[in-house]
Amino acid sequence: MSFFTRLKLALSILFGGELPAAQAPAPALPVAEPLPALPLPTPPPEQAHASALFLLGLLQREGRLVDFLQEDVTAYADADVGAAARAVHTGCRKVLAQYLALTPVVSDGEGASVAVPVGFDASRFRLTGNVTGQGPWRGTLKHHGWHATKVELPAAPTTVDVKVVAPAEVELP
Amino acid sequence: MSASFCVGIDLGTTHSALSWIALDASEGRGPNQAVLPIAQVTAPGTVEERQLLPSFVYLPAEGEFPRDALALPWKGGGRGVVGEFARAHGTRVPTRQVASAKSWLCHPGVDRRAKILPWQAPDDVAKVSPVEASARVLEHLAQAWNRQFGKRAPLSEQQVVVTVPASFDAAAKDLTLEAAKQAGLEKVTLLEEPQAAVYAWLEAMGRGWRAHLKAGDVLLVVDVGGGTSDFSLVRVGEVGGELSLERLAVGDHILLGGDNMDLALAFSVNERFKAQGKALDAWQLSALTQACRVAKEQLLSSEALDKAPVTVPGRGSSLIGGTLKGELTRAELTSLLVDGFFPRCAVTDAPATARRSGLAQVGLPYAQDAGITRHLAAFLARQARSLQLTTGFAQPTAVLFNGGVFKAPALKARVLEVLSGWLAQVGAPAPKELPGADLDLAVARGAASYGWVKGGHGIRIRGGTARSYYVGVEAAMLAVPGYVPPVKALCVAPFGMEEGTQADVPPQEFGLVVGEATRFRFFSSSTRRADAVGTMVEDAERAADLEELVPIETTLSGDAPGQLVPINLQAAVTELGALEVRCLERGGEGRWKLELNVRERTP
Repeated sequence: MSFFTRLKLALSILFGGELPAAQAPAPALPVAEPLPALPLPTPPPEQAHASALFLLGLLQREGRLVDFLQEDVTAYADADVGAAARAVHTGCRKVLAQYLALTPVVSDGEGASVAVPVGFDASRFRLTGNVTGQGPWRGTLKHHGWHATKVELPAAPTTVDVKVVAPAEVELP
Repeated sequence: MSASFCVGIDLGTTHSALSWIALDASEGRGPNQAVLPIAQVTAPGTVEERQLLPSFVYLPAEGEFPRDALALPWKGGGRGVVGEFARAHGTRVPTRQVASAKSWLCHPGVDRRAKILPWQAPDDVAKVSPVEASARVLEHLAQAWNRQFGKRAPLSEQQVVVTVPASFDAAAKDLTLEAAKQAGLEKVTLLEEPQAAVYAWLEAMGRGWRAHLKAGDVLLVVDVGGGTSDFSLVRVGEVGGELSLERLAVGDHILLGGDNMDLALAFSVNERFKAQGKALDAWQLSALTQACRVAKEQLLSSEALDKAPVTVPGRGSSLIGGTLKGELTRAELTSLLVDGFFPRCAVTDAPATARRSGLAQVGLPYAQDAGITRHLAAFLARQARSLQLTTGFAQPTAVLFNGGVFKAPALKARVLEVLSGWLAQVGAPAPKELPGADLDLAVARGAASYGWVKGGHGIRIRGGTARSYYVGVEAAMLAVPGYVPPVKALCVAPFGMEEGTQADVPPQEFGLVVGEATRFRFFSSSTRRADAVGTMVEDAERAADLEELVPIETTLSGDAPGQLVPINLQAAVTELGALEVRCLERGGEGRWKLELNVRERTP
C-alpha cells in the first residue's frame, strides 16, 4: 500500500468514509505545496451533543443512572429494584441540587382550581380535556410542572471524550 | 504595590477556604462576607468552582488520565492535583492520595521536610513532604485568587492571614510559614482557628455582640473540624468602660473529627454486612461511608425517623443485582455518635490513654479516646489548675461552636447538656450558646476580619503565645554509672508573650563552639503560666506538664574552629506569630537564630 493510499484510508476512517475533497484530485493545489501536516490531528471531540452527554456522565458518576436504565429489571424482585433505586435517587438528586434550581411552574397545590388567561404562555401551560373556546378558562391543576430557574452546569469537557459516559474500571492487585 | 485586601485562609485538615475584606473598609462586612469561589478539578476534563477546596493532593501516574484532563484555568503550579477530584478519586487509589497533610505537619515523630507522603506509598510514586503538600494547597488557593484579582491585587502583595490550630506548637507554626513561602506567600500572619471563629462571630454580629457577652463571661470555643478538635477559652473583661477579650487558654492537639464519626458509622453497618457474608472492597467502603453520612443527616434532621436506609451500589455495571441493602438505626446513631463521641461523663474524667506514645507510633497519632467531652473535661480541669482557680475546673458561661459537625443540633445539645451538668454540680448556671455562628466558613472569614481588626477597626482578642517554652540544660553532677543526669528546663519564653515582643534570658553558662552544631533540647507547656523568663524546672523529663518538642540548633561558622563564644539567649515572638530563639554574643555583636530541627523525631 502506498503512503498516499494509507493517508487516504486514514482520512476516510476519520471522516466516516465520506471524503469528497480527497477522493477527487484537487487540481487547484500546486504540486510543490507541502502535504498536510503529519501526524494527523486527533478527531475533534463530540461538540454537538457534548452538554447532553456530559450531563448523562454526571448522572452516571454520581447516581449510576445509566447502569440502572441499561439493566433488565424484569428478573429482579421489587425489593431489589427499590434498593437500587434508592442509590440512584440519592446520587441523581445530588446532581440536580448542585446544578439546577427546579421550582413548580404553578405554585398552587395539585387538584386546585386554577385560571388560565387569554393569551397564556403555551410553553408554560398544557391544556388537556375539553379544549374549546377562546378562554379565559378555569380547570383543575393536574401537574404543577417544573421550571428550571437556575442552570449552572459546568462547561462540558474538551480534553476528554464525552462519548465515554463512564470509563471502564480496572483494579490493579 | 501595597496591600488592598486582607485575605483570610482556612488551611484545614480536610477542607480549605478563602475569604477577604478590603483594608480600607470602614465598617465590618456583617453576616454577608466574601468567600472566594475556588476553581478546581472535579472530574477529568471538568473544572468547577466551589466554596471549599478539599485539602487533598493526588499524584497521578504517567498516562493515568487523558492529556490536559486535569488542567486548570491557570498555568503552572506544582505537581499533583488539589481539590475535589483529588479527594474523590484518591479514595480508590490511596497510594497516590496525600490526605491530612496538616496533621503530618504537626507530627513530631517524622521528618516533616522529607518526602514521606502518601504514607507508605510504593517507591515509584513521586512522594512529597508534609510541607510541600501544604504548600500545594496554598498555591492552588493563591492561583484561584490571582485568576480573579491577580492583575490589580496579586495574593503575594496582600495581607494574608493563615489559620492554624490553637494547639500547634512552634515547630508546626514555623513549617506552616515555610509552606506559605514555598507557595510564594512571603509575609503571612498566623492566627489560631478558635480565635478566628470568634472574630467571624464578632463581625457577623456587628455592634450587637455586646448584647450577648458581658464583663466576667468566659467563652468556650468548641471547634470540631473534619480531622481535629480544638478548644479555647476567651475571657471577657472590661478596660476603661469598654469590653475586652482575652484568650486565656488553648487545648492540646486532638486528632479526632467529623470524618472519624462517619467512619465509625460505616464500620458499624459494615459489621452487619460481614455477618451476612458480604465483603466490601475499599471502593464500596468509601461508598458506604458516604451513604452513612447521608443517613446520619436524615436522622439528625428529623426526629420522627427511627431508621434510615443505607445502600451501597455494586461495583460492576449490574446495579440492581449488586446493591447491598442496610440501614442505620437511631439507636445506633445515638450510641455511636452522640454517646460515642460526646459521652456523658464527669468533669473529673480524663481521656482513656496517654497522648503521643512515642516510639510505638506508626502513621498519624490519632486520639486513642474518641470521647470529645472527656477531652473537654480534661482541658477544663487542667486549665483550672493552670489558672489557679479553686473551682476544680474552668467554668465557661458561654459556648461558641465551630465546624460542620455541629450542623447536627443533637450534638450541640449534648455538649451543652454535659457542660450544664458539670456546672450545675457546683451551683453555676448553664452556659448559653452564642447564636449566628457560620460553621463551615467562619474560620476563613474570621481570619480576613482579623487583618482588618489589626488595622485598627473593631475589637482585638489579646492573648499572646498560648504556651511557655523552655530549653533543656543538663544538670551538672558527678557521673554515676547507669544513671542519666536529669535535664532541667530553663524558661526562655513565658506564657502570653505578645507578637512583636522579646524576652532576654538571665545570663547562663552557655557557649557556642565555632564550627560545630550547638543544640538545645526544647520543651513547651500549655499550662505553666506562672513561669517567668529564667525560671528553672528541675526534672524536665518527668514533669507531666512539659512536652518535649524537636531540638533547636545552630552552627556558628568562623575562622577559629573549636573556639568557645559565650552567649546569652533571647526569645522573640515575631509580628507573624512565629517564635524565634536567638543567641546573642556576650559583650559582642554576634547574633544567631536557633532553628527548630524538624528533620528529627522527638526523643
